[in-house]
Formats: sequence, structure tokens, C-alpha cells
Amino acid sequence: MKRIEESLQQRILVIDGAMGTMIQRHKLSEADYRGERFKDWHCDVKGNNDLLNITQPEIIIGIHQQYLDAGADIIETNTFSSTTIAMADYEMQSLAKELNVAAARCAREAIARSGKTAWVAGAFGPLNKTLSLSPDVNNPGFRAVTFDEVVAAYYEQVVGLVEGGVDILLIETIFDTLNAKAAIYAIKKYFHEQQREPLPIMISGTITDASGRTLSGQTLEAFYTSVMHARPLCIGLNCALGAKEMRPYIEELSQLASCYVSAYPNAGLPNAMGEYDERPEDTGHYLEEWAREKFVNIVGGCCGTTPDHIRHIAEHVKGLTPRPLPHVEKTIPVTA
Amino acid sequence: MQESVTIFPFLRLSGLEPLVIRPETNFVNVGERTNVTGSKKFARLIRENKYEEALSVARQQVESGAQVLDVNMDDALLDGMAAMTTFLNLLQSEPDIARIPLMIDSSKFEIIEAGLKCVQGKCIVNSISLKEGEEKFLQQAEICQRFGAAVIVMAFDEKGQADTMQRKVEISERAYTLLTTRLGYDPQDIIFDPNVFAVATGLEEHNNYGVDFIEATRLIKQKMPLTKVSGGVSNLSFSFRGNEPVREAMHAVFLFHAIKAGMDMGIVNAGQLAVYDEIEPELRQLCEDVILNRNNDNNEATEKLIRFAETVKAKDKTEEKNEAWRSTSVEERLKHALINGITEYIDTDTEEARNKYPRPLDVIEGPLMAGMNVVGDLFGAGKMFLPQVVKSARVMKKSVAWLTPFIEEEKKNNPLASQGSAPKVLLATVKGDVHDIGKNIVGVVLGCNGYEIIDMGVMVPTDKILDKAEQEKADIIGLSGLITPSLDEMVHVAHEMKRRGMKQPLLIGGATTSRMHTAVKIAPQYEHGVLHVLDASRSVTVVSSLLNKEQRKELLQQTQTEYEGLQQQFLNKGKKNLIPYAEAVVTKEYFDWKNYRPVTPSFTGTRVLKNIDLATLARYIDWGPFFIAWEMPGRYPAVLSDPIFGQEATRLFNDANTLIKKIIAEHWFQADGVIGFWPATSNNADTITLQTEQGEVKIESLRQQLKKAIGQPNFSLADFICPAELGTDYMGSFAVTIHGAKKYIDRFAAEQDEYNKILVQLLADRFVEAFAEYLHEQVRKEYWGYAQQESLSNEELITEKYQGIRPAPGYPACPDHTEKLKLFSLLQATETIGITLTESLAMNPPASVCGWYFSHPDSHYFGLGKIDRDQLKDYAKRKGMSLEEADKWLRPVLE
Repeated sequence: MKRIEESLQQRILVIDGAMGTMIQRHKLSEADYRGERFKDWHCDVKGNNDLLNITQPEIIIGIHQQYLDAGADIIETNTFSSTTIAMADYEMQSLAKELNVAAARCAREAIARSGKTAWVAGAFGPLNKTLSLSPDVNNPGFRAVTFDEVVAAYYEQVVGLVEGGVDILLIETIFDTLNAKAAIYAIKKYFHEQQREPLPIMISGTITDASGRTLSGQTLEAFYTSVMHARPLCIGLNCALGAKEMRPYIEELSQLASCYVSAYPNAGLPNAMGEYDERPEDTGHYLEEWAREKFVNIVGGCCGTTPDHIRHIAEHVKGLTPRPLPHVEKTIPVTA
Repeated sequence: MQESVTIFPFLRLSGLEPLVIRPETNFVNVGERTNVTGSKKFARLIRENKYEEALSVARQQVESGAQVLDVNMDDALLDGMAAMTTFLNLLQSEPDIARIPLMIDSSKFEIIEAGLKCVQGKCIVNSISLKEGEEKFLQQAEICQRFGAAVIVMAFDEKGQADTMQRKVEISERAYTLLTTRLGYDPQDIIFDPNVFAVATGLEEHNNYGVDFIEATRLIKQKMPLTKVSGGVSNLSFSFRGNEPVREAMHAVFLFHAIKAGMDMGIVNAGQLAVYDEIEPELRQLCEDVILNRNNDNNEATEKLIRFAETVKAKDKTEEKNEAWRSTSVEERLKHALINGITEYIDTDTEEARNKYPRPLDVIEGPLMAGMNVVGDLFGAGKMFLPQVVKSARVMKKSVAWLTPFIEEEKKNNPLASQGSAPKVLLATVKGDVHDIGKNIVGVVLGCNGYEIIDMGVMVPTDKILDKAEQEKADIIGLSGLITPSLDEMVHVAHEMKRRGMKQPLLIGGATTSRMHTAVKIAPQYEHGVLHVLDASRSVTVVSSLLNKEQRKELLQQTQTEYEGLQQQFLNKGKKNLIPYAEAVVTKEYFDWKNYRPVTPSFTGTRVLKNIDLATLARYIDWGPFFIAWEMPGRYPAVLSDPIFGQEATRLFNDANTLIKKIIAEHWFQADGVIGFWPATSNNADTITLQTEQGEVKIESLRQQLKKAIGQPNFSLADFICPAELGTDYMGSFAVTIHGAKKYIDRFAAEQDEYNKILVQLLADRFVEAFAEYLHEQVRKEYWGYAQQESLSNEELITEKYQGIRPAPGYPACPDHTEKLKLFSLLQATETIGITLTESLAMNPPASVCGWYFSHPDSHYFGLGKIDRDQLKDYAKRKGMSLEEADKWLRPVLE
């Protein structure tokens, strides 16, 4: 298969849209989630979307196929919560590795069925516990989880995703940079120990509000500086903001980043009902403008986006020149 | 569309905010007090589990200017890993500390790892080395890489710590090769510590340690230019433990030389860095000898320094506590208050000094001037920043105000007593111009340097300036102006000085002035010195040179030579770059008018908008010019985190915001504006005709005449309006003003509070510009409504991403101020919102803006450049002006 680096030099690639939004459309019941294998599981599992990789693989493959048909070049595995730490909510820690393998295989299968050239990005979510913030306001030094625990959780995820056959590792929706650093640590550790050729890494942070900072308080440039040791294939932003609000940060990142730049915003900001109602053509329009400004190399959608959004995005950026990689100097300028 | 970006291999670190170490960063202070091995206080706090207080040590380091914070928990009595984890986790929840990057410092690698596990930013590891061989070194370096940390490599190998220059460099090179080839390290992430060892220990073999470090640094930077060099500076003076003044002096001298050799960062007590220039000369000389190992045969230099150290030991500083300065002598207290801008005790201290000295004037000429001289020097050397200086001036003024009644009293009894001897500088903004912020800043800065300032204010006619100068025997006259007509007024002042046979030098400053204009137009009028002074900080050196006989001669000669060169350059430029006006009209910019449907405004005629909500306007403020006015380079908001100016910029920014809240809450300002739209057509040349209820009004514009590349149009504002034969277009105009600032400016002036006075002036300017921005948006979205869907951030507004333009008469696209008369009459701006025009056509209140609105999507800002006399003739004819008058108004743009 063609290397993704080659394609990135030639065109803007499209990454898929929301998985959760699409799963909701199936209106699955507790029994659907459990499937045959977990029909006697001791606690409720409805809402454990990642479990569907094992219990309803056809639904997941079907969603991936819809995104591929819409024009996605990169599809994300359904593994946002497939870690021992996040699975604790359903007491399914022991399934973490298996979920990742199954998810990667669903994505591979969808590509095989579509007959298209596309890449599978193994997705690492941000976890429901954070390393830089205390959950207890009265005890700011307290942490609900340790760095070593997070590394162990992500390490297992790397093992599963690589075994399942992903092409890229995607650390996404980062709101605490230290969690992301633990993921990077786990990935580096894995490839160092396995003595394997490392897979390309994609990194995508989340600016949570108008302050222009991550939830853990870093500015965009500080975030960028803190994760670049991953030597990622690309760095970008996703989630939290709609395209309109994300634009200045993507512009800033396009100026900073020595690697490729990705952006997959939400479908606008949620309305009063908590729904995303930005129309696909509007999202497409915004992202086209970024492409014309040469801010981006990879575009797509996050919460609230659908195959229709991805189709519009793909059409709008088709044929546009991607952001050229910056010129990286080998020497520093001498000042007078 | 953006150009491809260039990225430089700078060392990039981060806390909550980035720290990029660029060549101009000069030197990075790494705060050392959060180190249990170096600070007894910090060690005790950690041992006693007093982490809250321990955090305050960190905070003090940050506030004192540490750019990176070194944290070390190596203490036999501590569980180092636990202490590191606890402290760093707590530190992460203090954004004012966590802002800066951390240096995780330990001789135990497991403590370093424990630290790295707590920090989201990019840290520095201090340190790893080849002490236990290559394998261990690479293993630790690889782990650091996984955490994304930069590493300090100590010059230490299997044989031990490197003490000679040669060994330091050899080990560094070996480590460099291993890191870059075996692990693919980025060279900029490698920092060498070539070991600072104690000198002046009495052992001769230690005497060259300073030189070894400095020379090793020089070689390392030559051989591996992307790497950085760091060092723990306090080791150097180990043999002078307990003698802080000597230690500080040694550190300052050492750093002075090591930085010159290429040292990038050092672990220092951020709050206690002595300034090289301020070290007592004898001590400095002794330190130089010891550190550079000069005159040191048989420990001669060392012995001398030790002997000297005995003498200073006694008067050891005790400035540990913040309020310790209160117990010093009254002179010291005054100086401290001046340097630190503290007004709290100034009245009592001044009174105490007045009782101590024979005459009240002695207090000014003695301790107050002494303090202000220090401030002036620090400012001149870039060690204090403008806002600090203005605060110092506030203290000075308060103190002087306390003394004034006593001086007056004394004067009554003895008229001779009042004769001060400070040189006098007379400052004025010339006739027709109301702008005086820059002049006020110059006044403050010069005042700080001990000159007596006679500030005549704004709109001062030539005769008044010169009468006063003669009457007061001013030593120097300084003129300021912001608008272009002021340039001619300055020429007039120079001319009159010659006629009157005056002798004092004339300084020229202000936004519109230039070295070229001064050289070509003003200097030839007056032979006793006309100098263009770029900014306030430079005014100090210029004035002091002018007041010294020798230097004055030299400076004037030098200036004259320079100005003659400029005059020659000006003449040589000739006319060859201009094309005939008729040709320029043909190469006008053509829009596709046939396929263009102009949007009809929601009304024609004018509309007055009074009392616009100030809180709304505040959101539109462009802070860039605010910081520029304070002579702080760099863009907003980057200036707030600038390594040099950031702290002061932030303080200034906070003060401004506090004041804005007050301005809004207490309705200090009133924002009034007026807009109008009219049907408009152009004539395919440079005249725009507006249809108003009172009949046709012709707006005359000027066209670029610069010879351009083929196909490049020569712009004129008239090109942005549809020619009459192709349809009817629209054009608009606006005037906005901020009323009410003067009252507060006068009030602060009366209270001797220059700082707040300047703040109010600047904020009035910011508000009126924000008003213009806001109103333009309203026009685009509603009143004219040609861009109803627009949604732009403030940054985008500032960078003019909107459709259409609002050029102002007197600015680059339309430099003729007299068109303002038409604009004012169209809008009835004086009658409706109370803006008046001076005879030079400056607007009053000074915080006023007016301009034209063009809506065509391809209309754009441009600069007119120079025009030729053929256009001047045509323009004068169109305007019904005499050629002389047109010449006078357009002189700045005439070739």
C-alpha cells in the first residue's frame, strides 16, 4: 500500500467524522450491546460503544464504510475508551487489549470491502482520569491516577492496535498534555522494546474555551512544544470547538508546526438542546477556506459530524494544494 | 494565502506557556532557590512538610524574573521521589508558577524520572553524564527522550569530573556524538554543563577554573553551535560563603564574561543578581583578576580579594525581608522608593529628609536626584523599563510636591536661594497639533535624569515657545508633533530661532517626524544644531551630550555630516521614479463594474450616534499601539510574555484594564459618532462626486505616481467608486470622538500623577480607535449592510480582514488634510458631536478619528508615495486652491 507520507505531499487527506453520533442512530438496546457473549455480564454495558467492536462488528464496519464512501482517507478505530482505565466503568478492564484488536480488524475489514486506498488510525482517547489536575479541590496535590498506570493502560492499547493492524497511532482529544505524554511514552517504549519500525503518530489536542488554552492550562504553543518529541506525522486540533471558533488556533498551529497539520472540529457548537446543527455544507465551506489559506493537510469532523459532513468536506478540499511542510533550518540566525 | 513557513532549531521549552530560546534571548535565569541543597529555608520547609510555604519560594523566584525553575530534592533526610512528586503536583495547580518550564535536578535518576512524571510541559533534566559509562548514559538519555525533555550533560566521565578546558570540551563532544548518532537527539535539546568550580580557594591548581569554564564554553559553542551551555554559578564563589556582597560580585563578573563566550543559561538566585556595572570598581577589578586568573602569581589576586572581602563582610546586606529597606537611612529609603516606584512612605520620608538637610532644595538636589540618576542609568542600560521609570517619576513628583511649599517659603525670605542649577529643557507640541503623549514621556524621562522640564503643552505658537525659551534661558528646546502639518510648523520654529539669533540646540520628535525630513527641511534653517530624536530613551543621551561642551561639538559635527549625506541622498533620488500624472490616470485600477451591483445603504444622509456603550467598545480595543506607545517592542499579546518586557507589560496591561473598568463604571468618557452615506460616482480620474441634499459635493483624491512594473496599477481612492457612465455607487464617511478624557488628564496632572495621566490619554486613543472599528463593523453589517453575514474576531478586525476600507484624510492613502473640511461639513461633525478642527486641521478632542467608507470588495488600503508637481497643479486647480497653498498642505508627499 502507498505510504501516507506520499499522499500527504500531494493532496489534503480527509479523516472520518463522529462514531458516537452514528452509533446513536442505531438506537441499540442493552441486549444489543451485550450480544451473545456478554448476555450474563454482571453490570450494565449499554453506552459502552467500544464493546460493539466485539458484539456488533457489522454495525461498526458499516459506519466505517459509510465514511469511506463519503470520501474519508483515514478512518479512526472505535477505541476512544478502550483502555483498562476507561473500561473500569463497565468492569471490563480485562477486555482492553481484545477490544483494540477487534476494533482495528473492523476498520481493516471496512477498507477491504470498500476496495479503496485508505488508512486505519488507531485512536487513543484522553481517559476519564487526568494526570495534571486534582479531582479534589481541597487537595490540589492529589492525583486520581499515576503516570505509570496511564502508561500501562496506553501500552496495552498500543499492543492491541498494532496486533489488529492499524497504520497510524492517533492520540486525540488531548485536554491534559501529561496524559498525552504518557501515551507517547507508552508508544516509544513499545517500539523500543519490540525493536520494530515505529508507526507514524498523529497528535490532536483540544482547546476547550475562548482562553485559547487546553483544559490543563497550556497555551497552544506550549502544548505543541510539549508533545513534539513524539516526532509526529502531524499535529492538530479536534473537538470542543466548531470550525469557526477553531480557526485562529489552526492558523497559529500552521505557523508553528514543523510537521503536517490536521483539523477535525465539531459540527459547530451545540445548540440549546445540546445538539450539533451545523449543516454539512457550512462545515465544508469553513474547511475549504482553511485549505485555501494553506493551514491544513488533514481535515475531517468530530462530534456531531456525519458521513454527509465528510462528503461535503471531501468535495470542498478536493484538488486544493495542501499546506507545504515548513522549511526547517539547520542553523540559527545570528543577531547583530 | 500564507507563504511556506521557516522553522529554526531553537531550544523550545514549556510550562503552561512556551519559552523559546532565541539568539536574542541573551541569558536565561534558572531560579535556584527551590533546591534543598542550596537553600536552607526551602530544605526546612520541605522537611517540615510545609509545601504551601515552599511554593511561595517558587513564586518569589518567578516574580524575581526566573525564566526556568530548578527543583532539587536531594537530601539524605528526605524521600526524594516522594518530595519531588508532591511538590511538583502542587506546583501544577499554581498557574503563576507553572507558567514557566521546570528544570528537574537530581543526582539520582529515579528522582528525575519521578519529577518528569508530574509535568506536562517540556522540562530540562539536570543532569545526566558519562560518569558510569556509555551504556548507562544512553539508557538514561533514551528515557529523557521518551518524556520529551531537554538534557543537561555534565562534563563528567568514567575518569571523573572534567576540570581543564580540554577535558570539558572532549567529554562534551563525546556525549554529543552519542546522543545525536545513537539516539537521534536534536542538538538544540542538548545543554552542556562544563562544571563551574570554586576559585580563590587558596590552592593554585584551582585558580584557572573560571578561565577553563569560559574558554570551554567558547569552544563548545563553536564546535556545536545549536547546543546550549549552562552552569551552576554559585559554586564559583564557594570559598566566600557567608559573604554575599563578594559572592554576588563574583557571580556578576563571571556571568559577564561567560555570557560573552556563549553561556546561555545559569542557575542563579533570580532575585539577587548584581549588575556588573554597579559593582564597586575596586571589587570588580579584584573579581576580574581572580576569575580571569590575571595578576595571580602566588595567589596574589586571590589574597587581595580575600583581604577586600574582610572589609565588606561587616556591612552584609540584610534585604531578606521585604520591608527591611524601611530600616535603612532616609537617603537609602528615598532611593529605594524611587527605584521601586513606591509612593506609600514618600511623604514621611521626604519630611524626615527635609528636617535633616539645611534647605528643602538640598533634598531634591541630594538624595532625590541621586535616586533618579540611578533610575536614569538603569533605564539607559535597559535594566529598567519605561513603565517602571514613569512610576519612579510619580514618586519623585510626590516628593517634590511635598517640598514645594517649603521652597516657596524660603524663596520669599531669600530670593537667591531658589536659583536651581539643573539644565532646562523646554518642550512643546507645535501650533495646530494636540498630540502630546510622546512629548510627555520624553518629559518624564528627562525629568528622571535630573533636567528641569518646562512643558508648554500643546498647540503652542512659535513666538510663545521662543519667548519662553529666552525668558527661562532654556538650554535645549524640544518640539513634538504627530500630524504632517506640524512638520512645516517645526521648519518655521527653526527659521525663527535663526532670525532671533538664538543659540540653543533644537530637538525634533514625534510620530510624523523623520531623520530625512529633519535633515532636508529643518536643519538647513538653523545652524546651532537641529537633531531628530527617535524615541524617549534616546533623548537622554542626546540631551546629556548636548550639555557637555566637548561632546556637544562632536555630536553636532557628526549629525551635520550625517544630515548632509541624507540631503545628498534626497537630491539624488530625483524624479526618475515618477511617471507623468496623465499616464498614472491611464494606469488606474479597473474593477469589473459591469458585473457589480452596489449595495444600497439603509439610509442616505447622516445619522448621529451618541453615548455608545463603552463596555462594548472595550472589546474592540487593539492593544498593539498601546504597548508601542510605551516603547515596548513586540506584538500584543506576545509582549505580555516577552522574556524581557513581559512582566512590566503585564503589569501595565493590568493597570490599564483596571482603569478601563473604572472609566466604564464611572462614565469618564462619552463616545459620540456620526456617519453618512451618499450616492457617488467617479469621473475615471481622481474626482468623486457625491449627491447630497444640498447638492453635489466633489471629493478630490490623489493618485500614486510611482513608476511600477507593467500591469501594476497606480492607485487612487477614486478607483474604488463606480465611474458615472457605468452606474451609481455609494460612498460614506464617519467621525467619532471620545469626550471627557481631558478632565481626568488635568486631574492626574494636578496630582502629579504622570503615569495615570498618560494611561488616560492612551486609553482615550484606544477607545476612539475601537469605536471606529466597532462602528465600521456596524456599518458593514447594518447601516450600509453590504456584509451582513460577516463574523470576525477582534484580531481579524485589527488585521483588516473585513470587506471595504475606511481611509482617513491625512493618512497614507489620502494625505491631504484639507479634505477633512469637506468631510466635516458633510457630517456636520462640529455641530453634531463637537469635534473642532485646529488651523492645522488636527481634531480636538485629540481622541477623534474620521474617514471615508468604501465598500467595494476589491477596495484596499495603500500608501500614496511621492507625487510630482504636474499632479499638484491639477489637484490645486480641482480644489480651487492656489498652488502655494496646495504646495504647503502636500509638501510631505511632494518629490
